[in-house]
Amino acid sequence: MHIIKPADYARMLERLAPAPALAAPSRRGFLKAAAAVSGALVIGVRLGPSEAFAAAPTDGPMPNAFVKIAPDSTVTVLIKHLDMGQGVTTGLATIVAEEMDADWSQMRAAFAPADAQLYNNLAFGPVQGTGGSTSVANSWDQLRKAGGAARQMLVAAAAEKWKVPADSITIEKGTLKSGSHTASFGELAADAARQPIPAEVKLKDPKDFKLIGTRLPRLDSADKTDGKAVYALDIRRPGMLTAVIKRPERFGATVKSFDAAAAKQVPGVVDVVAVPAGVAVLAQNTWAALQGREALTTVEWDESNAENRGTAELLDAYKKLADTAGRSAAKRGDAAKGIAGAAKVIETEFAFPYLAHAPMEPLNCVIEKTADGVTIHTGSQFQTIEQAVTAGIMGLKPEQVKIETVWAGGSFGRRATTTADYVAEAATILKAIDGRAPVHLVWTREDDIKGGYYRPMFYHKVRAGVTADGRIAGWEQSIVGQSFMIGTPFEAFAVKEGVDGTSVEGASDTHYDIGNLMVELHSPQVKVPTLWWRSVGHTHTAHVVEVTIDELARAAGRDPVEFRLELLKDKPRHTGVLKLLAEKANWGTRPGTGKGRGIALHESFNTVVGSVIDVSVVNGQIKVDKVVCAVDCGIAVNPDVIAAQIEGGVGFGLGAALHDEITLDKGVVEQANFDTYIPLRMSEMPKVEVHIVPSANAPTGIGEPGVPGVAPALSNAIFDATGQRLRSLPFRLEDFKA
Amino acid sequence: MKFTLNGSERTVEADGNMPLLWALRDVVGLTGTKFGCGAALCGACTVHVDGAPVRSCQTALSDVEGKSVTTIEGVGGEVGTAVVAAWRKLDVVQCGYCQSGQIMSAVGLLSENRKPTDADIDAAMDGNVCRCATYQRIRAAIHEAASNLA
Repeated sequence: MHIIKPADYARMLERLAPAPALAAPSRRGFLKAAAAVSGALVIGVRLGPSEAFAAAPTDGPMPNAFVKIAPDSTVTVLIKHLDMGQGVTTGLATIVAEEMDADWSQMRAAFAPADAQLYNNLAFGPVQGTGGSTSVANSWDQLRKAGGAARQMLVAAAAEKWKVPADSITIEKGTLKSGSHTASFGELAADAARQPIPAEVKLKDPKDFKLIGTRLPRLDSADKTDGKAVYALDIRRPGMLTAVIKRPERFGATVKSFDAAAAKQVPGVVDVVAVPAGVAVLAQNTWAALQGREALTTVEWDESNAENRGTAELLDAYKKLADTAGRSAAKRGDAAKGIAGAAKVIETEFAFPYLAHAPMEPLNCVIEKTADGVTIHTGSQFQTIEQAVTAGIMGLKPEQVKIETVWAGGSFGRRATTTADYVAEAATILKAIDGRAPVHLVWTREDDIKGGYYRPMFYHKVRAGVTADGRIAGWEQSIVGQSFMIGTPFEAFAVKEGVDGTSVEGASDTHYDIGNLMVELHSPQVKVPTLWWRSVGHTHTAHVVEVTIDELARAAGRDPVEFRLELLKDKPRHTGVLKLLAEKANWGTRPGTGKGRGIALHESFNTVVGSVIDVSVVNGQIKVDKVVCAVDCGIAVNPDVIAAQIEGGVGFGLGAALHDEITLDKGVVEQANFDTYIPLRMSEMPKVEVHIVPSANAPTGIGEPGVPGVAPALSNAIFDATGQRLRSLPFRLEDFKA
Repeated sequence: MKFTLNGSERTVEADGNMPLLWALRDVVGLTGTKFGCGAALCGACTVHVDGAPVRSCQTALSDVEGKSVTTIEGVGGEVGTAVVAAWRKLDVVQCGYCQSGQIMSAVGLLSENRKPTDADIDAAMDGNVCRCATYQRIRAAIHEAASNLA
């Protein structure tokens, strides 16, 4: 996602419908709050623990909004982001621990409450939320200052107590020392919280970092290996009812009528209510709710506004659109003229299917009435949106909607929607039963696979050529696919002159020096709900660009690495990654008989990742043997978490390259569970090696950038092994002749 | 329905047709066993019945009457301890949601086979999906646990 300019804040806020109350503090109020957070001092916005923090694991004074020090010396970092597996609880705690000179064993993490003024994502403007691989990047300065301020307040407290100069005090591994005096954080916590907030926070010189850049154990490993970690699905509230929704087969259909009698006869079923999403069955346990839904056979749907087209029809329509002029996303030089004068020209097309995110924990949340509003328990990825939407449904002010964020069992983008879809569904059910019991809305896997909010289908058409001396003569690219930004609160900053940046990112702003470039976009309207999916536009643009670069290099008779290096002359981060990668992957050697090797390089979320894939082809079967990645993500806060994100990104990208596909037949989704929407499994996982380029720059994204390079590197490797080019995803083995 | 749960005798009052998964989670209140697909396609709900890994979403409560059920909360013994220690040492987890099931399957594998090959691991673990794709570390952790058990 892109950094939001303050000027876009107000427009975004206005679009956070249906909750006018959110905008009420006025744009100025919000800007002030945002400035306070992004400026030098976060500190002091809240000095003491408030009711909202009661759920945090350890109580103690809070030197500032992000740091809490308990009498037992544990330091709890308030995590404003969702941890859906990407390890931000560990990463953000590391930043604070470093500036405090804490010992890693004393660090804890707790999810912050929903509070857009205190805990907004500085890359999202006035919105608390997680996405765009921004968690560490937007928190870097903020948490260094929060940790540094806490440290200075501890030092000031010790200086006062010991009657020594502050500069005589050192801190090492959580112990303050001066002469013969020593004290732990816990012993000084109460005094430190009473110290004035430092006007200036002195940050460490990165060369003095002790924790950042080292391997630290994850904070969540213990609880996630003994069943103790609590996800939304594990929330239990007194009198809670479990709800499942019978949903229409086609997107855009609504309930016309239903007969609840049979469902109500199922033991344990308590109520059956109509909600905008369908018919909700409420029961005393999940099994009863599921059986009740099974029994709900007589539901009539109004399909007059439903999507009736199938994948084949959509693709035909997209292909026709691609042949017409679209909105200009990039225009440099004269692409057509360049191509006309090229020595060799390639004309290619790429189709990409709808993709479900399919996080392991099916979507769910608990919502309950409280004395002054409602409380939502969920793995919340978009707290501010969920507050605004829920407030609109329940007739509350956003601040009356409390959110208890818990671990999320994966997301890959799915838990952040501009409609707060499943949270809104739960709120409509709570409202339909007059709030008489806490409601746990549970989606089944089938609801998830069939439920939309997919990565959109995309179609790309490319015409490009090389000159006789092996340079790119011109590049024309037409992109067709739904926009998931138009009509949302994010439109103001994501869509410029009709071009949704998330549809063309990675292509229109390609890092390659291409003099004659034209990229055009069509954003057709289809009633299938779509959404960002781990690495967003780069899921398709990187594939097209990196396969095309490979094809052009081969057309020019050039080595793919040298060809790229020449197009990246003023891009030191890109060339740094490429050179490290070439060395680590033994690019100059051949992988062996019956094997192939392919490369891809891509920048996304300000991080550059290069991938080299080695494949074997045996009896028409593609086997991915090994993936070597090099990454420049700025200062590597937790190198092992970075490696894990790249390893996982490779697996996620491979699943999309080899299997993932949502198709429609007359508007009906043809997949339902993991037997038809095929996940990558253990036996298909290659060995992955991750190499990090040393950097002194501020950290950039890491959750998503491992994904985009996988499919193109694989296509390039398969071509290297067989001379056959696979372009559209997922790659089909039947297209393949060994 | 009477059975042994994590070493203790339990009587669970519920419809015998209720899948063990929902009985454990919604009736007994042990939520470490996860719901992922409801169709034995992902392995998130894996528990042990009389020491062997089964998918609790496809096991009726009545099927475990008189048997011994072990969930992630009851993992212990030489193999279980080694597996959990290896998972922590290598920081296998990401979102963590599938890991109860992964650990139960890995304990099942190592209880039968103290020196599994990569092919043995593929065969034993292919039914356990991890959308975070932590597979490389799961494989390494199984080898790590095996070497500590040797």
